[in-house]
Amino acid sequence: MQIPYILSAIVFLPIVAGAVLLFLPGKDRKLIYSFAFAVALITFLLSIAVYVFFDVSGPRYQFEEQYAWLPQLGISFHVAVDGITAPLVLLTGVVIFTGVIISQRIDDRPREFFAFLFILASGVFGVFVALDMFALFFFYEIAVFPMYLLIAIWGWKQTREYAAMKLTLYLFIGSVIALVGGLAMYFSSGLGTFDMIALEGANFSPEFQNLWFPFVFFGFAVLGGIFPFHNWSPDGHVAAPTAVSMFHAGVLMKLGAFAALRVGIMLLPIGAQTHMWWIILLTLVNVVYGAFIAMVQTDFKYMIGFSSVSHMGLVAMGFATLNYNGYLGASVQMVSHGVMTALFFAVVGMVYDQAHTREIPKLGGLMKIMPFAGVAFIIGGLVSMGMPGFSGFIAEFPIFMGLWDANYPWIAIIAVVSIAITAAYILRAVGRVFFGELPAELEGHMHDIRPSEKLALGILCVILVGIGIFPGVMLPMVQAGVNHALALLGGG
Amino acid sequence: MFGNITSSMLLAILPEIALLVLITVIFIADLVLHGKQNSNLAGITAVGIAAIFVLTLIYARPGETDELVWGGMLRHDWLAFVFKLLFLASGFITTLFTIGWESVWRKGEFYVLLLTSLLGMTLMAASADLIMLFLAIETTSIPLYVMAGFMTNNDKSTESGFKYLLFGAMTTAVMLYGLSLLYGLAGTSNIYAMAESIAARAIPSPVLVGTLLLILLGFGFKVALVPLHFWAPDVYEGAPTPVTAFLSTASKAAGFAVLARVMIAAFPSILADWQTIIAIAAALSMIVGNVVALTQTNIKRLLAYSSIAHAGYALLGIAAASELGVLSVVYYFLVYAVTNLAAFGVVIIVYHTTGSDEISDYAGLSRRSPMLALAMLLAFLSLAGVPPLGGFIAKVLAFAAAVDAGFVWLAVLGVLNSIVGLYYYLIVLKVVYLFPPKDEKAIPTRRSHGIALATSVLLVLLLGVVLAPWYDWAAASAASLF
Amino acid sequence: MDFINNNILSLILFSPIVAGLIVLLLPGENKQLARRVALGLSLIPFILTVIAWVGFGAAPEVDGFRYQQQVEWYPAINSSYHVGVDGLSLSMVLLTTLLAPLAILASFSVEDKVKTYMFLFLALETGMLGVFLSLDLLIFFVFWEIGLVPMYFLIDQWGSASGERALWNGMKVPARRYASFKFMVYTMAGSLGLLLAIQVLGVVSGTFDMLALFQSWPSVTGTLFGFPTETVKAVAFWAFAIAFAIKVPVWPFHTWLPDAHTEAPTAGSMILAGVLLKLGAYGFLRLVIPLYPEQAHQYAGVLALLATLAIILGAFAAWGQRDFKRLVAYSSVNHMGFVVLGIAVAAFAAGTEDAAIALNGAILQMFNHGISAAAMFFLVGVIYERTHTRDLEEWGGLFPLVPVFGALLILSSMASLGLPGLGGFVSEFLVVRGAWPVFTVYTALSMIGLLFTGAYILKGISKTLHGPLNEHWKGHLTEINRRELLVMAPLVVLMLWLGLWPAWLLNVINQAVVAFFG
Repeated sequence: MQIPYILSAIVFLPIVAGAVLLFLPGKDRKLIYSFAFAVALITFLLSIAVYVFFDVSGPRYQFEEQYAWLPQLGISFHVAVDGITAPLVLLTGVVIFTGVIISQRIDDRPREFFAFLFILASGVFGVFVALDMFALFFFYEIAVFPMYLLIAIWGWKQTREYAAMKLTLYLFIGSVIALVGGLAMYFSSGLGTFDMIALEGANFSPEFQNLWFPFVFFGFAVLGGIFPFHNWSPDGHVAAPTAVSMFHAGVLMKLGAFAALRVGIMLLPIGAQTHMWWIILLTLVNVVYGAFIAMVQTDFKYMIGFSSVSHMGLVAMGFATLNYNGYLGASVQMVSHGVMTALFFAVVGMVYDQAHTREIPKLGGLMKIMPFAGVAFIIGGLVSMGMPGFSGFIAEFPIFMGLWDANYPWIAIIAVVSIAITAAYILRAVGRVFFGELPAELEGHMHDIRPSEKLALGILCVILVGIGIFPGVMLPMVQAGVNHALALLGGG
Repeated sequence: MFGNITSSMLLAILPEIALLVLITVIFIADLVLHGKQNSNLAGITAVGIAAIFVLTLIYARPGETDELVWGGMLRHDWLAFVFKLLFLASGFITTLFTIGWESVWRKGEFYVLLLTSLLGMTLMAASADLIMLFLAIETTSIPLYVMAGFMTNNDKSTESGFKYLLFGAMTTAVMLYGLSLLYGLAGTSNIYAMAESIAARAIPSPVLVGTLLLILLGFGFKVALVPLHFWAPDVYEGAPTPVTAFLSTASKAAGFAVLARVMIAAFPSILADWQTIIAIAAALSMIVGNVVALTQTNIKRLLAYSSIAHAGYALLGIAAASELGVLSVVYYFLVYAVTNLAAFGVVIIVYHTTGSDEISDYAGLSRRSPMLALAMLLAFLSLAGVPPLGGFIAKVLAFAAAVDAGFVWLAVLGVLNSIVGLYYYLIVLKVVYLFPPKDEKAIPTRRSHGIALATSVLLVLLLGVVLAPWYDWAAASAASLF
Repeated sequence: MDFINNNILSLILFSPIVAGLIVLLLPGENKQLARRVALGLSLIPFILTVIAWVGFGAAPEVDGFRYQQQVEWYPAINSSYHVGVDGLSLSMVLLTTLLAPLAILASFSVEDKVKTYMFLFLALETGMLGVFLSLDLLIFFVFWEIGLVPMYFLIDQWGSASGERALWNGMKVPARRYASFKFMVYTMAGSLGLLLAIQVLGVVSGTFDMLALFQSWPSVTGTLFGFPTETVKAVAFWAFAIAFAIKVPVWPFHTWLPDAHTEAPTAGSMILAGVLLKLGAYGFLRLVIPLYPEQAHQYAGVLALLATLAIILGAFAAWGQRDFKRLVAYSSVNHMGFVVLGIAVAAFAAGTEDAAIALNGAILQMFNHGISAAAMFFLVGVIYERTHTRDLEEWGGLFPLVPVFGALLILSSMASLGLPGLGGFVSEFLVVRGAWPVFTVYTALSMIGLLFTGAYILKGISKTLHGPLNEHWKGHLTEINRRELLVMAPLVVLMLWLGLWPAWLLNVINQAVVAFFG
């Protein structure tokens, strides 16, 4: 089913709303929150519409829109979704909606907070739907930039300035390096267009691809948290306010992985085939090392931050296999991890807001106080450890199959260790934080979470369990997208 | 000597004529108006410039073919046209920002100087002859020297004007020497006849390169390229801020217009040599400008160094020596001018209340005046090259031109530099958004300042989002040089 | 009726989890209501199983499995929801659905978070049933793993409240947390190999359907991933075998079991010993032997050795315990050793009559042990609830105080010991009879192990019921109550029934043995 202008609406609604917000009276918190909530809800509904009305048996790209932007250089505002991006659009919608709900209690300048958050959301949507490389870069930067202010202003006081700057510089370096690669592609293709569908058929020479692939791939993969450029991410996650951590780990990191796939692998397939054997080793480091580091953290949020490094490593690993199963798993993992980690950060935020500490040993017994949050965290934890019946399994299983398919048995065997480590640290955290005794100093300071927060957590949990039990709600779509993407690798 | 004066010849200098008229009007108004009424001078100037802008836009548009007019003194082409509009717009916004600036506004001579300088710039953009070029440069520069030192009761301002004058005079002398050498070598003073004549005379390229270096000394000084940048921070800091704004935008743009025209038209025979020279200058300007900016605590000095760096980015396009390159220069200056004007606009408005240009005094601006902080945010982010603001497109085009011309190393250097740039812009924004204000009081904004600031910010956004029309202008300008 | 007939396995499989959700969503805090609803609903899968059992012979058979149902689940990697039963799995399903209501009835004494408890319990039941019913390797794995989660929480939250364990760094944690963590990590670690091996099978064969894999996988030749197929298969075989061996548990992978059993709540222990351990043995029978006939034959000796060690060392270890529950826990290691021995025989001598006999014995032993171990754990739980100790030295001479309890304990112990006329005898006899010609030495050693079985069982009984009365309990110890008797009744009936007339069950089992391993 074709819904006219839906993608334009989804891309521009948040940023326009953000601009409008800036002109609302800053003192009227209620008005600001209501406005933000309404916008987030509409965005969420739009993203659901995109997902639901995506025709799995239809053409590769749907809801396509194209408007001339800078025709002189072959730049157009060309957007559409395919089977890989439609779920990501939904993911973004979910996270923006739940993120806004969770942020209801932002005290300091809520107007600016929501405005920047919405600008960020527009950037993210833009990247996911862009079919034009220029537009992709354009929105990519829009998505990266507001992070700085969101973290620096509303973040955790002790590290926010450092973390925000570190994050911004890392991502900016990555993106501009990728940009140079993108420009090289543009000129080398001789097609005079930034349209990625046209560039897919550009037949770049192998030398060109081998030279430029690492630039483009790593430029984006920095945002995906690939080792050894992952360093910004745990710091950034920890310093960020809750909704921003959710957005960041949940959606923004996917942006990096997705763009690395869309621009790097899909436009430079020969380069990808040349370089992947060593890139996959880096992703292995991500997966295993990330899990180990997560295990030794005592800060609740750092633990989650490093777990993201580990899980995003699986995404990169899946794409690095360059085969059907790997792609399939990585694409699902993006959504699964996105929802899961949003859930994690939401719960961590709720705990921190009340306990004012994130040290795992100083917490305990929260299950009695906030059972809903506890159960949600446990569900997230089960997803995280790849427990069957939850979306994590649906995602990780094909990634490992992809490794076998691509003849990397040792990588599969080593990577699987991360699952056990993940189980260990998740169980430890659950045991310490939610069970056990409530520390005396927290007695009386803690209370249950609000109904709206329960709603937010509930939505996230339903998605995680839903995909886990009925992979059919998402998989055929992803499968269709993956098959198209794979065709670029020469039949794959 | 000009033969028949045709209407097209008049249209070619329509803005110049109109500016002369306006200068006369200001003279008379200055005589007529007394006391409080003097405050209308700025208004008259602004309205006048706006009117000239519209006139130029409508009537002075060049035709299909570029033509040399007035005996080859001027060239009526798109490059000149676009730059003239750019100068007028900068002049307009600057004039609005002068309103309320003690010891500057209410003085007729200031606006006369401003307009004269503007007149010089419009001529610079169109000059097709070495003699005309020199005259235009001087017409531009001399009023600027005076304007920089206009606050006679302020030591810094005086020092600034004097410094500018001394260095300016010195480099101008060297440049004049270079120009005369060039004339001697080529046997013609017309820029467009030069290339042919140089080729015909088979002038050895070392001699030509030497001459070029002398000329570049003058040009480089005007646009503050490293290593000819040393005057800029002091002058920028000392001059009245509206003048600084004007210096860093219109004046710099004028220099680039000349640079692009002369290099492309006159020196094709030593293309590789001057490309290398320009590339090195670009690299140095970017590196020095950005690195030194890191340590600044005064916002005007910071913007001075940042403008040095921006000249470096813009040079990428000149170094590329291609149509795309020139196009990127034009686009870069369209963006850079409005962006920097917006940035200085905020500086001016804040100065009116706090009386300080220290970055630390911007603490908590976002709590005191959210809209002002937002304008600053947008301007600084545009300078940093973040979409959806003009700076992003400008940088992309500049890097694209470099990559296209094979200067990948320069593009990568530019990329790395833009990250350093991002860092110090963010530091300022951090102060604005993060630090608690020393004083909770809101910062009032004059309506004229508000209009000027809103106009420039809006243009920054427009340049970043609606790309095609500007690109067409820039492309037409570039095409007129090839 | 048609609906039930066509979907009977799915109904059996999902009715517990649905029941669990119903219990969870019951309004109010009424504990008794939650308990009763849980019990009532847990009878549904049992009734359905009985219906399936009755109609089993008449149901159409495809490739040896009846009541098959296949629905698209994860088509992107060619995995489907495919269920079906043969005699082997149906008897295990019967065991599960029978023990579940009894265990729920046994947990009526749970006071803490009743609804959550019941939900987890019923979820656990679905997990276990899923393993028995799946005919798709991926679905098998899904249920295999998912069962861990409720069990983990049951031990962690409702396990014995006292006791501490020191960790390696000297930090003290509650014993139940230690035990649950160990249980989870052990079994998950075991599953990792299984996970990888399943992936290999899936990648090589392009399907996860067991029936297809049984055909295609054993005949794969050539090289895989740059290694000879034999090597890959041997590695995959061990990956499967170790995962299942941990669950059974086969010595030396058993160390999680005493901790988990001891700390689990009574009903948890019942299910753990009664059903969960059978999952491992079932995995050997259902997957390892059909998928890796050559490797199984090759390594059967090792398996038999480990089984013998489990029998002997399990008995020794049980004999050495002071904690009654630990004693019973180690007895499981001992008894499951016979199951593994039977499996080893089947693996080594597939197709022979000895193998068939041993297999029949092993499967019957699984069922019998399920009944007797559940009974034993329940009885330990009964006395623990009254005395709050499990230390054998603190009891003594209780028979006169609680004669009915004493009688039941003796009966269950005897069944466990393998007294002729009770369930255990028939199955152990069959295993030994089948194993003797194949692994004579091991079997002989196992027989010696049986002596120690007698020793520890008698130790348990005598320390509890006989000897001088510990005066402390006089007047405090109450007789087993009606609810508890209700739990015991079906178990006792089955012990006797299986001892005297095991044919009703053996017939069904034998069908599977003949069809599947013949």
